[in-house]
Amino acid sequence: MALGVTQMAKVNVLFFAQLKEALNCATLTVDLASTRFKSVSTLEQLRAELANTDDTWQVNMQNGQLLMAVNQTIATSDHELKAGDEIAFFPPVTGG
Amino acid sequence: MSDLISVQTQDFDMAKEYHALLSPSDGAVVTFVGLVRDFNQGNQVKGLTLEHYPGMTEKALNDIVIQAKQKWSLGKVRVIHRVGELNLSEQIVFVGVSSKHREAAFSAAQFIMDFLKNNAPFWKKENTTTGNRWVQAEQKDVIAQQKWQ
Repeated sequence: MALGVTQMAKVNVLFFAQLKEALNCATLTVDLASTRFKSVSTLEQLRAELANTDDTWQVNMQNGQLLMAVNQTIATSDHELKAGDEIAFFPPVTGG
Repeated sequence: MSDLISVQTQDFDMAKEYHALLSPSDGAVVTFVGLVRDFNQGNQVKGLTLEHYPGMTEKALNDIVIQAKQKWSLGKVRVIHRVGELNLSEQIVFVGVSSKHREAAFSAAQFIMDFLKNNAPFWKKENTTTGNRWVQAEQKDVIAQQKWQ
């Protein structure tokens, strides 16, 4: 990386159903290279940092029932994130 | 993505779907239709809204069908799941399976529904007589899936 050039590492974060309503947020672009997120490397770390946003995010993002997906596949907390990933947080599913 | 999986707002025709599953080598067809019911989790239901995660729903359903095909010898498989606004008694989901003999078709149809209930990213919001509320996931659906493991 050339001096003075900040590398971007953007990921797209999606929220669904009651979580989307509670946060009043459907999508969010996060730059993993930014000051706020530079220590985030796993899915769980991203969740924890997003929870730090405010009290509403704290309550909703720390809900133990939340499911997480990376690139449209259910993923575990230790999943390593990379630039361009599509990440999703959502409550247990209720289709059918 | 397989053309056997559809996530759509429009209704489906049970008879048409049944006929599409027929083939001379299969002696059994099992179909299941899930409908909007009037009473759920203690509330009078007037209708519901189905939200989904576009892209992942199709992928999740396709994965479930692949698993079913690995487990049983199946002819054709068809899965349709509707999204958007649905009224009382409207069709929500269709699962159809054909096979040479009935056992595989019965089992695979139930397997697909049990896995769909726990793994396909759809969420129901019910419009009840006391307001709108999100349907809560139920432990019985988790148990229904566990019996296959």
